[in-house]
Formats: sequence, C-alpha cells, structure tokens
Amino acid sequence: MSVRATITSLFEQVAHEQQRKLSPLSDDLRLLESGLDSLSFALIVARLEDKLGRDPFDTAESFPVTFGDFVRLYESHSR
Amino acid sequence: MWLWGSLTASGARPSGSLHGAGARIDLASLAGASSLGGRLEALRGRTVLVAAKDQLTSALALIELDGVVRRMVLCPPDLSADHAPAVMRDSGADAYVTDAGAAAVHGLEGLRVSSGPALQPSALARRRSHDTEWILLTSGTSGAPKLVRHTLASLTSALTAQTAPAGPLVWGTFYDIRRYGGLQIFLRALFQGSLVLASAAESTADFLARAAAAGVTHISGTPSHWRRALMSGATARISPRYVRLSGEIADQAILDSLRSAFPEAIVAHAFASTEAGVGFEVRDGLAGFPASLVGAPGAAVEIDVAGGTLRLRSAGNATDYLGAQAPALKDSEGFVDTGDRVELRDGRYVFIGRSGGVINVGGLKVYPEEVESVINAHPGVRMSLVKARRSPITGAVVTAEVVLLEGAAEAPAEEVVKGEILQACRRSLAAHKVPMTIRIVPALEVSESGKLVRPDA
Repeated sequence: MSVRATITSLFEQVAHEQQRKLSPLSDDLRLLESGLDSLSFALIVARLEDKLGRDPFDTAESFPVTFGDFVRLYESHSR
Repeated sequence: MWLWGSLTASGARPSGSLHGAGARIDLASLAGASSLGGRLEALRGRTVLVAAKDQLTSALALIELDGVVRRMVLCPPDLSADHAPAVMRDSGADAYVTDAGAAAVHGLEGLRVSSGPALQPSALARRRSHDTEWILLTSGTSGAPKLVRHTLASLTSALTAQTAPAGPLVWGTFYDIRRYGGLQIFLRALFQGSLVLASAAESTADFLARAAAAGVTHISGTPSHWRRALMSGATARISPRYVRLSGEIADQAILDSLRSAFPEAIVAHAFASTEAGVGFEVRDGLAGFPASLVGAPGAAVEIDVAGGTLRLRSAGNATDYLGAQAPALKDSEGFVDTGDRVELRDGRYVFIGRSGGVINVGGLKVYPEEVESVINAHPGVRMSLVKARRSPITGAVVTAEVVLLEGAAEAPAEEVVKGEILQACRRSLAAHKVPMTIRIVPALEVSESGKLVRPDA
C-alpha cells in the first residue's frame, strides 16, 4: 500500500473509532478543519510510526497544515 | 493583599479588559457593577465553589470574591458530577457560583448564586474582610481531584519577584484560567494589562484572530497547544513580543518551530506545577535548563535535584492539600517534590518524564492506576500496565500492556478482548486517558515487593 493510501485509511479508521465526522480528504484540506482533534492526530501519528517505522515530526522543519502537507511529510521521509 | 484592592491601589482605576469569546469587560467597570446579581454580600465569609462553565464568568467571580470569601475553589469546566460532592465536602463549601452552562453539574449544594459575563450596575462598596484561600484542583491517582491550597500571595510570588515589563500588555492564553498555568497568566494580565481568554467552542484559528484583533503582545500555552496552533496555519495572524510554553516538556523541536514562526519574539519555556508553583523561566531557546539554576544561593525559588527528580522551595509553593486523608505536600525540608525526572547532559538538566509513571497528555495528568483499574475490571484480564508513549502531537499518549487470564474455557479472540477493553475505557474515562494501543503480553514484571515494575519516564 502506498504511503498516501495508508494515511488515508488511517484517517478514516481513527475518525470512525473516535466517532468524528471526517471531511473529504483533499490535499488542501486544513488538518484542523478535518473534523479530528489533537488526540485523533496523536493516535494517527502513533499508528503510522508502528506501520511505517518512522516519526518524521522529529526532524520536520515546520508543522503540516494541510492534509497534503501531512502526506508529503511522510512521503519525503520515506525516500 | 487582596485582588481588587491591589488593582485599585492609591485610587487608580484598572485600565485593562478581559476579552471572552462573546463579551468584553473593562476591569474599571467592576467599580460600580457586579457579575453576581447582587449576591456578593451574601457570600461574604463563606467557602464558595466557583463552578461556572464560562471562563469570563469565572474570571469576574475570582476578582469579586477575593478578600470577601473565606475560601474559593476554582472548578475547571470538566469537573464531573461524580467528583463534585467530594470537592464540596473536602473544601467545606457552603455555597457555589454557577452559570447557565454549568446547570448540568449535579451534586452541588448550599447557597446558589447565578452569575454571568454581563455586569449589572450595583451600588456596592468593595471591602476586604478575609485573606481568601484559593483552592486549585489537580488530578489524583483514583481520578478524584486533589485540593491544593494557595493564597493570593503564593500565586503572585513569581509575578512580584520580577520587574514589571513596560507599557500595558495584552496577554492571551490557550490555557483554562481555572488551572494553575492559566491562572498565572490571568493574574499577570490583571496587573499588567488585558487578557484574551480562549473558548472551548472556538477553533484555534478563530482564537488567534481574536487575539490579533485585541493586539496580543504576550501569549502562553502548553507545547501541545502550540503544536496545534502551528498546525492551524494561523500563527501569522499574531505578532507577539513574548511566547511562553509551560505545563509539559518543551522539546527542542517545538522551541525551534516557534522561533521560526515568531522570529521577533522572545520564546520562553517555564516550569510550574499546581503544588510547587512557578519554578523558573528559560529564554535561551534550548530545551531543559542550565545546571547553574540548581542550588543557586539566595534565589527566590530554591531548585534542587534529589534522586533524579526536581524539588522546589519558594514563596510560590502551595500551602498544603485539603481533605481528611490528604497526603503531605512538602517534605521535611519544606521542598515540594515535583515528580518530574531530570537528567544532567552537558551542563543542562533535561526533563525525561515523570516519576511514578504519571503521564502528561497535552498538559493533562493521567495516573496509570486509574486506567489500569478500568482495564482490570474486564473479566478476561489478569493484570495490566499502563504507560506513556512519546507523541509529537500531545507530548505523550497512553498505551497499555495486558495479560489475559490463562485457561479461560472459551477464551474469546484477542482482538475481541481488546475491543471490549477500549469500549470500557471510552465509557468511563476522559478521552485523553483512553489507551492509544493495547498490546497483549504473556507476563508483566512484578518486583520482590509484589508491585508492578513501572518505567520511570
């Protein structure tokens, strides 16, 4: 599964678990307008670390603002 | 000292304002108006729970009640009906201040005073009759709050120890002022200018827009608040001179991010806790704090490291815990053990976690024992260990390791048990206490004394 597909399915899974209504995931969707809260993001980042074996926030120069930023942060870290 | 008296010392009129999400109150208007519906004198000498949901309403009540009531208890907006009766009992409360939003909090008894952010003109003469005790709540092992006793003098000792910055300041804070970190900012703002209060109902971007409109110069929050602000993409709306972090470990990544988001501002991280008060503030942009702060002679706050944890002794320490079975708050030397573990690396102490395994999720404490008791109530569970896992979003998150009962005749699949445990946790625990992940393990290490071996960090 591609990094993007993994991230997309995790957003959907966590939104379902946390009973939150997820906005349609487009690249320009602002993360804080996605319907998820900080705990949901913490959950997604922890599961991504388990799945992909990395936490790109450690070395990130800026925090991701949009869903596209978030995906690119993980994609660039995989290269 | 008392709050209103200090704000109006030698006939001065306070020039600042409190900005709530829906209303703005000029402090000077409190000279001839009240938020308590004409009931201020009825509360004189009593012990009062300030249990309004709305922050601005609570802020006004704190200003009006200090010097008037014997004791006031600052209830955070998430005080549950389960714990309200114990808080009333342990504080000896015989009255409470409430508002429309708090009507749903049951278990409160005594004289009820309705309050709101709209002031009513009132011909009151404000006068001081009591050295009011300020009681703050902090979470305890069982999930029930502990009551921490302060005075206005202990709460403002960090403020009076430093020279006041020049000019009127506009403070903003992501914190709730009913918790220690937010209360510090509230008191600073009262003496130094104005304050923009956050609202749980508004987005981070909307709060920052409001703070910008009020001309915010100084702004504070936990590292988690700040990570969220950076993720909002809205930090460019404000241009503060001073950005403060406290309440959680400030790691180098968040300090660097804030430095680049606010190149003109001082980025300072402070150490404070409800019990120990304000410890110190570090402004050099580096995580941790210089070892020279420890044992510095003649310091207003004495800082000590004993057995790897940070201890503080100062006029900012709380007095004690309230309640019949309350533990001691200070050790025999008068120091408060903060429970924060530090390690010396290259001349700097860095924070590595909490002793006793207490987990700090976005500035909120989680006691592993409370979560374990919920997990252990599952009929298929023998024992469990709840611990912290590092998170770049909330600092830490909660995870659990679970040992299942062996040989249960019709043992359900592990995934089913995990699902049931999570459901039970979501039912009875606040969201930040629910484990992110549950791992089924064959065994957990138990020490010679029969206790679970807990990691320190």
